[in-house]
Amino acid sequence: MAILTVRTVKERLEAALQRRRTRSFDRGIDLPEHKHYTADKPTETLPCPETVVVPLNQHTGETVEPIVSVGDHVVSGQKIGDLEEKWSSPVHAGVSGVVTHIEPRPFGDGTEVPSVVIKADQHQSVPEFTPRADWESLDRERILAVIKDNGIVGMAGAGFPTHINIDVRTKIPTLIVNGAECEPFLTSDHRIMVERADAVIGGARIIARVIGADHCYIGIENNKPDAIELLTEKTRDLPEFSVVPVAVKYPQGYKKTLLRAITGKEPPLGGRSADVGCIVRNVSTTAAIYDAVVLNKPLFERVVTVSGLHEITRPGNYRVPIGTPLRHILEHVGVDLEALGGYKVVRGGPMTGTAVDTLEAPVVKAATGILVMPPGAIQPAYERINPCIRCSACVKHCPIGLYPNEISQLVEAGTPEAAERLHIDECCECAICSYVCPAYRPVTDLVMEGKAILKERKRRNR
Amino acid sequence: MAQQSQLVATRAPHLKIRVETTLQIMSEVMIALLPATLFGIYLFGLEALAVVAAAVAAAVLTEALAERRLSGFWELIGDGSAALTGLLLALSLPPTIGPGYAAAGAVCAILFGKILQGGLGRNLFNPALVGRAIMLAVWPGMMTAYVSPVDGTTTATPLIADAFGAWEVFMGTVPGSIGETSVPLLLIGGVFLLARGRIEWRIPVFFILATVVTATLFGAEVSLHLFGGGLMLAAVYMATDWVTSPISESGQILFGIGCGIGTVLIRELGAYPEGVTYAILLMNACTPLFDRFLKRKAMGEA
Ligand code: SF4
Ligand code: SF4
Repeated sequence: MAILTVRTVKERLEAALQRRRTRSFDRGIDLPEHKHYTADKPTETLPCPETVVVPLNQHTGETVEPIVSVGDHVVSGQKIGDLEEKWSSPVHAGVSGVVTHIEPRPFGDGTEVPSVVIKADQHQSVPEFTPRADWESLDRERILAVIKDNGIVGMAGAGFPTHINIDVRTKIPTLIVNGAECEPFLTSDHRIMVERADAVIGGARIIARVIGADHCYIGIENNKPDAIELLTEKTRDLPEFSVVPVAVKYPQGYKKTLLRAITGKEPPLGGRSADVGCIVRNVSTTAAIYDAVVLNKPLFERVVTVSGLHEITRPGNYRVPIGTPLRHILEHVGVDLEALGGYKVVRGGPMTGTAVDTLEAPVVKAATGILVMPPGAIQPAYERINPCIRCSACVKHCPIGLYPNEISQLVEAGTPEAAERLHIDECCECAICSYVCPAYRPVTDLVMEGKAILKERKRRNR
Repeated sequence: MAQQSQLVATRAPHLKIRVETTLQIMSEVMIALLPATLFGIYLFGLEALAVVAAAVAAAVLTEALAERRLSGFWELIGDGSAALTGLLLALSLPPTIGPGYAAAGAVCAILFGKILQGGLGRNLFNPALVGRAIMLAVWPGMMTAYVSPVDGTTTATPLIADAFGAWEVFMGTVPGSIGETSVPLLLIGGVFLLARGRIEWRIPVFFILATVVTATLFGAEVSLHLFGGGLMLAAVYMATDWVTSPISESGQILFGIGCGIGTVLIRELGAYPEGVTYAILLMNACTPLFDRFLKRKAMGEA
């Protein structure tokens, strides 16, 4: 422990004050960051997988129809699944090769999703796309069509189709580009900001055009000083941009908490950020929008962070085709697949991601990372539902200000409808309530279960 | 394919949860009570030790039997909450009561205060206080016979015997129950729990403030009210029980104030000086009300 001199006390006070002054939201928690394993690792590529499995539903909305047949030869970036329906998003071939199967394949979360399986060619040529020199002259409708056509969805976990998200009826004055990346381990957004700052800024300008925004904030957690510095430098002559450092706190990167941190506004209950004049888009998605609109390049590959509390020979950030089986990636970074008994392999972040049940599960558009977590680093499965001891930890930390203790008890008692009064629908599924519960109670699972039951009931009543 | 069936696919969080378990938290509260307990044993001797041991053992065993957790020591201990209940009860008993009655009280505390109310987390009333209230009703004489640590004679609690000075009452070298007598030691433990975030400051602070104000209004001896009759033990360790006190901050303030006013009212106007026990039990009954009507707003709630 540091010796407490007048100076260290002063320094600590200043640090605490600084923290108070940094923009943030109420409640939430500090998590161990674990970002240093990969934060400085430039994005690399891996050898091409032998096969890719491209799910026909990687988004919120309808599953798309395959538009290729078994036996067809496809090239990377070629559209292979689409649907007229607005609430959907097309998918593209991640590699050049031959379509071998079109059938349900394990998604990783216990379900099977119709997928196009492509056997990769021996030689992969680098796909070429003709940049759209005239993108600035495209009108709003055309830009939205291009964004949909290129399969752009939210890449930070939600998979919400971007062409719906930014298709707003009224002018939205503020765009927030979300570079918070608040979940432990993940650094793919960080790398995008550092390596593709121009694409992030370009994408932001495109969204701003579509929604009519006159100001764009780029919110970045304080633990990424290089990204803050670079983007500040690059936007120096763009008065409509401001780069905003935000406090390192989970879940700073949830859209409503970031919105709160940066603008001080809170969308009304049941509302969206657009209700308070803001659209929040994640940096990777923003860069993908730039790729789609300016470079004419569809979303057929993405950067994933491969990390975890496990001896991985080469943790890092890798650009991989969408549909790459997790097995392929883990093999190539040196993970011993035979030794994964009792491990979790997580697609996404440690707080909101999915622990996959098979390594055949593919990388999807919204997969931010792949984490290998040994038994000692994860919590053992809940054996039973322990009683709540009313310690109020979950209440104190819930970023949305809910009462997870009461909600979980209502769901446990089989009366989730009573939890509507407690705004169960507002839960952002941040998993904090389970994380802080000393009674080792699956609070988040219960809240999510309640949400799912209510949603299902509403769907049936419609 | 073999390794795949062994992947763990449970839901998030995929991190080790914060390593504070209920057992750890209960243990910390017991550690905080250790100085006062040891002082009680030093003051009143082996008699006190026997009472403490009997109450703790009876509480732990009763709960383990009721929940059929009997295969080994740690199973028996469970989440540690029964042991804490036993200890709190013992500390509020006169040392002369003997291990038999103490054990009987502990059984009542766990049975009526906890198990029959639905188990840990579902009980409306603080189990230790339920046990104490039952004992007060059944053995009123034994519960109020206190022995003086100075000369060994039996007296009533200092609240009704005005023979002790404020300083003696504060330091605890006066007749009283095993753990309630030494205010400084109880407060040291309380500060430790506050620092560890195990108790909420609002409840004890407003409990004490309300006691001072109400006692002053009654023109009563404030220091006796404050340092005697187990008020400190109750304010710091019993009223702050998570399960039976409000979750909302404003609720905690009202709860503390209610306990303080209730204590003095019962002591000054009631038939016998058991203000603390009944005041807290009454406020326990109000807790669901506080929790229901004093909710903070969710994000975006108008
Ligand atoms: S209730 Fe929902 S939003 Fe609140 S802490 Fe739990 S998971 Fe997070
Ligand atoms: S954290 Fe767990 S024990 Fe504490 S109030 Fe919430 S659900 Fe209850």
